[in-house]
Amino acid sequence: MNAPLRRVGVVVIVLFGLLFANLNWIQAYKADEYRNSDYNGRVQVAEYDRKRGNIEVGGTAYALSKETGGELKYQRTYPGGAMYAHVLGWKPVNGSASGIERLENDFLAGTSDALIASRIKDMFTGDETGGGNVLLTLSKRAQETAFKQLNDNEVGATKGAAIAIDPRTGAVQALVSMPSFDPNPLASHNSTEADRAYNTLEKDKERPLANRALSETLPPGSTFKIIMAAAALENGVGQQTRIPAGSSYTAPGAGQPIRNAAPSICPESQVTLREAVTESCNTGFAQLGVRLGADKVKEKAKQFGFEQDDLTVGQLGEGGLPVAASRTGDMQNPDGSTDQAALAQSSIGQNNVRMTPLQGALIAAAVANNDGKQMRPYLVKQLLGPDRTTVYDAAQPRELRRPISGQVAADLRDMMQNVVKEGTGRRAAIDGFVVGGKTGTAESGPNTPDHGWFIGFALDKDGTPLSAVCVELEQAGSGGSAEAARIAGRIMAAAIADSGRR
Amino acid sequence: MTAAAVPAASPASTGEQSGVRLARSRRNAELSLLLLAMVLVAAYAAMVEAKALDTITSDFWIPAAALGLVFLGLHLVIRWLAPYADPALLPAVALLNGIGVGFLRRYDLAKAAPAEREDLAIFAGTGGRQLAWTLAAVVLAAGLLAVMRDHRSLSRYAYTLGLAGIVLVMIPAMLPSRFSEINGAKLWIIVPGLGQIQPGEFAKLALLTFFAYYLVRKREVLSLASRRVLGIDFPRGRDLGPVLVVWIVSLLVLIFEKDLGTSLLYFGMFVVTLYIATERVSWLLIGLILFFGGAYLAYVLGSTVGGPFANFYDRAQIWLDPFAEPYDRGYQLVQGLLTLGTGGLFGAGPGGGQPTLLPEVQTDFIFAGIGEEIGLFGLSALLVIYLLIVERGLRAALAVRDSFGKLLAGGLAFTLGLQVFVIVGGISKLIPLTGQTTPFLSAGGSSLMANWLLIAVLLRVSDGARRPVTGGGGPAARPAGGPPEQLHGAQTEVIRP
Repeated sequence: MNAPLRRVGVVVIVLFGLLFANLNWIQAYKADEYRNSDYNGRVQVAEYDRKRGNIEVGGTAYALSKETGGELKYQRTYPGGAMYAHVLGWKPVNGSASGIERLENDFLAGTSDALIASRIKDMFTGDETGGGNVLLTLSKRAQETAFKQLNDNEVGATKGAAIAIDPRTGAVQALVSMPSFDPNPLASHNSTEADRAYNTLEKDKERPLANRALSETLPPGSTFKIIMAAAALENGVGQQTRIPAGSSYTAPGAGQPIRNAAPSICPESQVTLREAVTESCNTGFAQLGVRLGADKVKEKAKQFGFEQDDLTVGQLGEGGLPVAASRTGDMQNPDGSTDQAALAQSSIGQNNVRMTPLQGALIAAAVANNDGKQMRPYLVKQLLGPDRTTVYDAAQPRELRRPISGQVAADLRDMMQNVVKEGTGRRAAIDGFVVGGKTGTAESGPNTPDHGWFIGFALDKDGTPLSAVCVELEQAGSGGSAEAARIAGRIMAAAIADSGRR
Repeated sequence: MTAAAVPAASPASTGEQSGVRLARSRRNAELSLLLLAMVLVAAYAAMVEAKALDTITSDFWIPAAALGLVFLGLHLVIRWLAPYADPALLPAVALLNGIGVGFLRRYDLAKAAPAEREDLAIFAGTGGRQLAWTLAAVVLAAGLLAVMRDHRSLSRYAYTLGLAGIVLVMIPAMLPSRFSEINGAKLWIIVPGLGQIQPGEFAKLALLTFFAYYLVRKREVLSLASRRVLGIDFPRGRDLGPVLVVWIVSLLVLIFEKDLGTSLLYFGMFVVTLYIATERVSWLLIGLILFFGGAYLAYVLGSTVGGPFANFYDRAQIWLDPFAEPYDRGYQLVQGLLTLGTGGLFGAGPGGGQPTLLPEVQTDFIFAGIGEEIGLFGLSALLVIYLLIVERGLRAALAVRDSFGKLLAGGLAFTLGLQVFVIVGGISKLIPLTGQTTPFLSAGGSSLMANWLLIAVLLRVSDGARRPVTGGGGPAARPAGGPPEQLHGAQTEVIRP
């Protein structure tokens, strides 16, 4: 019986060898993954041992940690409530954070590689200085104005978004998505309460968790005409060149004719490009698109930033909040030839054209800049160490692209200023500043109210660009674009007032 | 292995009785190893307090000293009653038991309110209860050593023990869930208000004794081969009876007690003793095929029919992808894996982990809880200690001269190893998780007592194996044999009651 006994000894060694190999797999190979897993409660307890840094706007903390005395030592609170929710996101006890809380998680938590010197210093001094602070580019007044004006809009829209950027740098001045939500219950240490709050928001039909300013696209309507006008200007059409218009236009192969928003708009057979922009002449731009051809329209839109699907808004160096790609659609028949009817519709921002509010603001920013460039948008101005004196990262603005020449930008600026001076965008005007813009009204569906848009910019008397903005009111119905123009004016005025003070 | 299996050391160690080499009892080695183990347990307690309390209290050493006294008592009993027993068994088991008590006490510290931590009483909480259970278990083991002066006397009660074993296995399945089910496994006898015992822990000892006896009687018949396939002799069809009966019983356990681990344990235990008895590889193959076939069938039935098979199907699903429902069905296993992973190579240090975050850390998941604090290196050391105990048991089986003793010691040693494999493999997602205790570590009196009884039997068999033939002389008459170093190769004898 000894031979089998020895073999059993070998079997036991093999079994234990399997255990040993498996423990190696778990404790060596998978150790980091398991240690930092979202399901690992230790991560949270350890995270809450150190005071998480602030997220600040204009010197005020809008995300901060308060001592609790409980097992989790700090409670994350958001004094701004819903106003900053889509930018800050929230830091839940279980699961991963969102917004800036997620983007700058390592720095806020104090675990970032950049903060290693600070942690080593803590080891020697025995202090717990906590995580680093994140300073945002937002303007307190602009953000507050955008949030209030959007939510109190006079046309009763329940969904929408507003975003304002500094055309010279790309710094985001305001970013609001409506409806918003209160992030405080989501950060509750009571996980049942946090889960309940999250599930309620998740199931809400209005989708308050969606960031409409960055991640949602809608048909841009007439705001798209700025891209059309840019394409026309680059193809031999001047501001004063007369283009075919009329009270209705039926593209080759189209069933339905394209009409203007009102019979009083460009009924003449020909209008100047300037007039077409000022009055938002649909028939003029539809025919312009058909004349230019689908390729030029698509190419120009792409130069303005359409079709880019990897843009992020956060820190300039690395990742950020994802931005949905704006699209022109292919405007093609099944056989590959241009669908003229689709092209005509697309030229006035309908058909399959879709745009994010951020893209709208980027178009306005390119026009506002003398050299026609777009700066890369960003939200994080500075990373400030736990000691509040060491600056770890200060944003260096970067050019994103240059969709138009200085001359085309000047012409567009001139025409858009006219829109605000005597066209559809009068309500965006700001006393003492030069404001330009373009309204847009987009059909949302056969039986639903239209979307209202406004993209625009504000310059000071010397022509220095101060703010570029896009306001979108989803299914706002009649008067939506005029209301969007009014809100845009208020936001830019607030941003200017804030930057003047700073 | 052959040479090392010989207890008597060098030829130089000739004793006073000329002509007969006196086997050394090595009790002093046992004592010094035991003291070393207790120093380690005390050091562990000190490290726990230093890390968890930021200070070492003046009475940190008391649990280690209490354990030391208990084990010292057993050491003295062994000196007296089993002087030639294997000297490595007691210290190895004592170290595991001590680490178990230390960790449970550490878990009590983590659960206690911060203000009460420094004044935690010695016999308070899970750790204190485990200390008391250790005392009871060691007394029981000493009692068994005293009553059973020769392991062969056990064979007289083989049928009684076999019947008792079956009854013990069956009781939880028969009882209503209210009196038998904890965490989805019907393994218990719960006496409301008093506590619960896990009869399966004792059943495995009783059943193994019966298997050993039965197989020694029947081994000639069972070794008869009828057909040779691929170089392996297969038994006659009519001899399959016993293995089929045990297979069915183990499947019933799987289905009605909802416990793969116990089922695997009993079946593995039986098949391996059958293999040792008959030396026929075919039994191993038949056993493996039957078991995995049965488990697969239960899995398929669980996914289609449900009913009594659903639990096994559930567990298999969790095993295949625990992260599919990390907060729901997979919670325990996921937390176990995360705890082990957090420990990493070196662990957070004794007292540095967060055992309160791991459900069932005091029982099923104690190995993971300890792993968080002592890391892969520490766990490997624990595995090596288990392996040492198992291999020492197998060595006793190799060296003992009677077939019953060989089967008994070999089967017990293997069963201990298999149990460690089942539970450690379960919590580390090597095999589906089942509710087994980790021998000598997990909180619980049944497991501790049963496993100490197992060690007592191994001590007794090893004593019988190493005892010089002409020396002391046990109560049972021994046939005269050659010098000890040749005993392991001697013809094994078949005993009859």
